[in-house]
Amino acid sequence: MDLLAVEHVTKQYAQHKALDDVSLAVPRGSVYGLLGPNGAGKTTLIRIINRITAPDSGRVLFGDREIRPEDVQRIGYLPEERGLYKKMKVGEQALFFARLKGLSRRDATMRLKEWFVKFGIESWWDKKVEELSKGMAQKVQFIVTVLHEPELLIFDEPFSGFDPINANLLKEEILALRDKGATIIFSTHNMASVEEICDHIALINKSHNILSGRVDDIRRRHGSNIFEIAYRGEEQSLRHAIEGLQCRILDTDAEESAYRTLRLHVEQDDRVRGVIAAVNEAVELRSFREIIPSMNDIFIRAVNGTL
Amino acid sequence: MSNVLLIIRREFNERVRKKSFIITTLLMPLLMIGLMVAPALIMEFSRGETKTIAVIDDSGLVAAALESDDELVFEPVDLPVEQARRESADRFGVLHIGADVLADPGSVRLYANSSSSLTLESNITGQIERILEAEKLKSYHIDNLSQILDEVKTSVSMQVFRNDKSQEEESQAQSSIVAAVLGYLLGFVLYMFLLIYGSMVMQSVIEEKNSRVLEVMVSSVRPFDLMLGKILGVASVAVVQVLLWGVLICGVGGAVLPHLMPEEVMAGAEAVQAGMPAAAAGTLDADMLQAVAVMTDMGYVAKIFVCLLLFVFGGYLLYSAMFAAVGSAVDNVQDASQLQLPITLPIILALMAMFAVVKDPDSQLAFWFSIIPFTSPVVMMARIPYDIAWWEIALSLALLYVSFVGMVWVAAKIYRVGIFMYGKKPTLKELCKWVRYRY
Repeated sequence: MDLLAVEHVTKQYAQHKALDDVSLAVPRGSVYGLLGPNGAGKTTLIRIINRITAPDSGRVLFGDREIRPEDVQRIGYLPEERGLYKKMKVGEQALFFARLKGLSRRDATMRLKEWFVKFGIESWWDKKVEELSKGMAQKVQFIVTVLHEPELLIFDEPFSGFDPINANLLKEEILALRDKGATIIFSTHNMASVEEICDHIALINKSHNILSGRVDDIRRRHGSNIFEIAYRGEEQSLRHAIEGLQCRILDTDAEESAYRTLRLHVEQDDRVRGVIAAVNEAVELRSFREIIPSMNDIFIRAVNGTL
Repeated sequence: MSNVLLIIRREFNERVRKKSFIITTLLMPLLMIGLMVAPALIMEFSRGETKTIAVIDDSGLVAAALESDDELVFEPVDLPVEQARRESADRFGVLHIGADVLADPGSVRLYANSSSSLTLESNITGQIERILEAEKLKSYHIDNLSQILDEVKTSVSMQVFRNDKSQEEESQAQSSIVAAVLGYLLGFVLYMFLLIYGSMVMQSVIEEKNSRVLEVMVSSVRPFDLMLGKILGVASVAVVQVLLWGVLICGVGGAVLPHLMPEEVMAGAEAVQAGMPAAAAGTLDADMLQAVAVMTDMGYVAKIFVCLLLFVFGGYLLYSAMFAAVGSAVDNVQDASQLQLPITLPIILALMAMFAVVKDPDSQLAFWFSIIPFTSPVVMMARIPYDIAWWEIALSLALLYVSFVGMVWVAAKIYRVGIFMYGKKPTLKELCKWVRYRY
């Protein structure tokens, strides 16, 4: 079941087309990575979902109906360009934003206290934002974004500006929010974090959605049937065994270590079992695994058009 | 609580808690009183040291009658001119009056040690003229001369009434000078308010844009609500400030002034209020009496105050919407100056018109400038002390508030586009284009 669906959205600015017939579907309870090079149209798409701007054509479905102005209460948005009122005190400011999202003063205060304790920042309540470092302010902004427990969370580059410890803390909180039932859209360039936490992605390039689906599927789909074999035995007998099985040895490991490794391209899927059997006969097979391309590889190849 | 209210509250709290707000609110009335007192103080301090002038009076008529004061002391000496001039190094100078001064008024000479001033010279010649005129009158040998002169002395004070006012209203005597001063003052207050609070809105929008807090805000509230909240938030600050000033000034006017003024003045003022200026006539200056009467007439003050609030609010709403639009289109205050021009121009025009209007409040110019919304707040406020027709005020207010609604609509369009435009500074033409964007 999809929580959010974008259907044939087009957005034209004066000079360029930011989005051209973009469609995507975000399943409920997923962490959905929105990827793409700079200027691809990701921020425009996010703004359209947030109802900050309207599309020229196409529509956005939230649940099973078209998105309405009041739905922004059910969305939490952490923009890439973080912003808080500098002269306002942290606690007061967090309360203000929480109440704009429809929380009562009592609820907001209670939840804020919990979050502040969780992040270990209780002592910041009466500090002015301008006294905080960038990373500290980011933490406050994150709390403000998720406080009203929205069904849909949109994070634009959430980890930028965080040290590894805090980035990890944040990642765990994001996953915890997903486990509680939130759906998360996650715009980033950081492919390592995509592999770690996203289960679906859409890759936007030059105003088009050029690749979307489950991360596992995509990686598997773009796996190019390359396998890595670790074995003990003679390389020569291995080469001999796979002859005629329509596969090509890409490189071998020349080092004399305990196991030897070899990378192999199997040209046809239905030959894999045969290859395994043959290799198993010829040498002492320790492992046989498919090399699945990293999201980073897929991203670069997709954007360069060599996928 | 609705989002607009939340935003108004935030804007209000942020500004009112600032030290600068408390300080300006308390200091402004003091400053205004200071401005009124300043000329007297300047006079006080500009008074130089006492100058002593030796007087050699060959005619024997003048020296005894010359009156010394704080600034100028006349000291009759009985020396030849040359010697007096030599020995008067510690004096300001020597005044020599010829023996036949009555027939030859040109025989008065002042030998000064340093440059003399116009006031000093006219003081001396004035005194000598008065003395000589009295001498000449004496030569006619009129009986009871001094008594006649006292009786002839006259000071005219004129009460002005309006023919187009009913019997009751007529009891309110008018003073053009009081109305003119009040008109200037109110016009200026409006001018200051529009500029100060309008640009406050603009700066606040620019600040929000620069701190990138806008995107967070806009994901929670409609840009229109945000703009309206900001405008009304600053407006609420303005209203509170005006109310505080009103209370301070009315407090001084209604409670303190009557106790400070001599009883005689207050009795006179009450007589003027009651429509019996004759009872107050005589010794006291009519204009001053009327000023006091006006300031302590609570009905008149209340009427001006209500109009002031309505025009401040309406004018401010109109202009701040434009300022908000400009603020949303630029990245910093420097870039704003060029786009601000179409906004500040009508205000300055209104201020210039105000000077003419105060002199002739019923002219065609005054009427039209006080009806056209962009200039009406300043110009109408300058006319209101003159007791103008209610329908004119009502029409002016109605047009002002209607055009405010239209302006907010246009400004909101520009605002909506502008807040996400960073980098290049837009031209006026582009702003007009933004109004037609579809969102």
